[in-house]
Amino acid sequence: MEATTTEPKNMGNWLATNIGRLLISLLVPILTFLVLWQGFVFLRDSQAPQIVIVVTAILWGVGGVAALYAVSNWLVEKLPREWAGRLQPFVFIGPGVAILFWFLAIPAIRTLMLSFRSATGTGFVGFDNYKFAFTDRIMLEAFRNNLLWMVFGTFFCVSLGLVIAVLADRSNYESIYKAIIFMPMAISFVGAGVIWKFIYTYKGEGAGISEIGLLNAIVLALGGQSQPWLSQPPLNNFFLIVIMVWLQTGFAMVIISSAIKGIPAELLEAARIDGANEFQTFFRIIIPTIQGTLLTVTTTILIFSLKLFDIVRVMTGGNNGTNVIANEFYLERFTYGNAGRASAIAIVLLVAVIPVMIYNLRQFRESRAF
Amino acid sequence: METAPSLSGQKKLSSFLVNTTLTVICLLWIVPTLGILVTSFRPSDEIFRTGWWTVFPHKAYVKTDEIQIDPAVDVNGPIEINGVTHTFEEWRAGVVMPDGSQLTWFGNKRTRLVEVNALQWLWFDTRLTLENYTNVLSGQEISFKDGNGNVITRQGNNLSSAFLNSVAVAIPATVIPILIACFAAYGFAWMEFPGRKFLFTIVVALLVVPLQIALVPILQDYTRLNLNGTFLAIWLAHTGFGLPLAIYLLFNYISQLPRDILESAFIDGASHFTIFTNLILPLSVPALASFAIFQFLWVWNDYLVALVFLGDRNRVVTSALAAIVGEKGQDWHLLTSGAFISMLLPLAVFFALQRYFVRGLLAGSVKG
Repeated sequence: MEATTTEPKNMGNWLATNIGRLLISLLVPILTFLVLWQGFVFLRDSQAPQIVIVVTAILWGVGGVAALYAVSNWLVEKLPREWAGRLQPFVFIGPGVAILFWFLAIPAIRTLMLSFRSATGTGFVGFDNYKFAFTDRIMLEAFRNNLLWMVFGTFFCVSLGLVIAVLADRSNYESIYKAIIFMPMAISFVGAGVIWKFIYTYKGEGAGISEIGLLNAIVLALGGQSQPWLSQPPLNNFFLIVIMVWLQTGFAMVIISSAIKGIPAELLEAARIDGANEFQTFFRIIIPTIQGTLLTVTTTILIFSLKLFDIVRVMTGGNNGTNVIANEFYLERFTYGNAGRASAIAIVLLVAVIPVMIYNLRQFRESRAF
Repeated sequence: METAPSLSGQKKLSSFLVNTTLTVICLLWIVPTLGILVTSFRPSDEIFRTGWWTVFPHKAYVKTDEIQIDPAVDVNGPIEINGVTHTFEEWRAGVVMPDGSQLTWFGNKRTRLVEVNALQWLWFDTRLTLENYTNVLSGQEISFKDGNGNVITRQGNNLSSAFLNSVAVAIPATVIPILIACFAAYGFAWMEFPGRKFLFTIVVALLVVPLQIALVPILQDYTRLNLNGTFLAIWLAHTGFGLPLAIYLLFNYISQLPRDILESAFIDGASHFTIFTNLILPLSVPALASFAIFQFLWVWNDYLVALVFLGDRNRVVTSALAAIVGEKGQDWHLLTSGAFISMLLPLAVFFALQRYFVRGLLAGSVKG
């Protein structure tokens, strides 16, 4: 008898709890969003001096988000103790989870659906967009170039990073060397594009012309002919890859360097006592000990070169045989206005990183963080 | 004992080799940036005429005299000057005379003007200027000289306004995800609720998702909400794309904090919110700083997200710089000074807080 009378009550309780959780997770962020949104549409269209707009925007945005948490928590703590305990976790994680779903999880599904639709998203076209993504000449060229980026870019970043990390470890000026190699990490790809465009710049032939690009000046000084380096396929891809190596070697170096520092000194000492020379220590002790780190660095740079966009966009716009997948994505969506094809390309990028995603999930499950 | 000197000699040699190799690599790494730094301070006409490395001491031909060729001389045949005979083309390319001076025909055949150049050592070139910086920052019309001395007038690129916009984008796009991620990380680490493990698995899965996947649908939403071109649009986008890593990193840190600190706070009757603001936030400052630098550099240097969601409205420095590359690809005085302005703030942040940045990198080298 008792069970039958309490069950409806429990059901109602359960329902109320979950509705409450959903409301807290969604409604409060949405209300905050609405207030912020109206403010920003107003700011965008206002004629106030820029500095006023900038300061207002910063205060409005940061303050608004802080207020969101304070207010929703204040509301929840007003509730009876039992209810507060049930709802409070969703005050904390609700906004974060809502944004993750709005900006990443749901878009993945929406993009998948769009990838089966026509350019404007109105008609169903089956696998046409994928047929384009895998067979079109432009896409095949982009795939080839991305492969070049992934193979050569990653190889040079990781191996140079490794060499510099090992060498710097034995030098007295380690921090200076490392800071210099690491410095390009702070520079945008667009900025790096300008830096290297200036190195590759070409004036052409003619009397009294002196090349102002460093590479052509060096080639001329060595008795060669100056060249328009960035418009000669397929070599121009490698001139672009150099830029990525310049930017990302520091990243590889820093991570590898800290792994090298973690190798127990006794291990290296023992190897030396056993008569191992520098190369043997390097290949038989250092490399096997840090191979986990090497794998992480390699995957990170691989993913990075898969999604590479800015360098190509700024340097060549993808012309002269330098197109890459992410640039073709941009062109399809924003130059040709073909949302269907762009979505199919995005899905291809997503599928390419799924093995890494699975690996991360497996690592996470094994770590038993929960 | 006999082997000791040779061993230390070997050590010296190997240390010498290590330092030389590293110095060469570091020079290679610095020269590109040095090139645009030097160029950005040179007058525009000089930039177009000579390479930036000519500001350093070097030996070069300097004009010392001129020779006017007699109108009677036939310039189409071989021309004799000071006892040496060459064709016009050869004279124009420059001829080294027996006395070591170099003669170069100036301009076309009709000028009949030959310049006498002598090889001399040149000290540092001190013709430096801040004009490029004022030009590229300005939104007004600007004028400058090209390599042939012609004055060119262009519309300025208003990089100062782009700089302000970048500040307005980067500061909230750093603070907001940190705030949201910190609350979420605390929730995942120290609170019990249904779906906890499932939701965190989603966070881990989203770590490597390429942001291209989100651009098309989010742009649809923004168009529907009339949000394109607002700061809010780009903050939310950066928050969304940065959040998985932020939650992941901060969770790793916050869940490692000693349990008894929190438990004693609970016994004293503190609520989750008080514990979070008074205890967890101050304790997490190192982790927050690491992620803050990471996110700040990422947002400041981002081009794709700004290009898609801001477009030409409220242009940030990367878009403004890319626009200069597109519109004025050969205006190196504007490009170099513009590039340097765009690098100033991230470089300053980077060098001031490098330690934290490295820690952040080490904690989560899996960003998507």
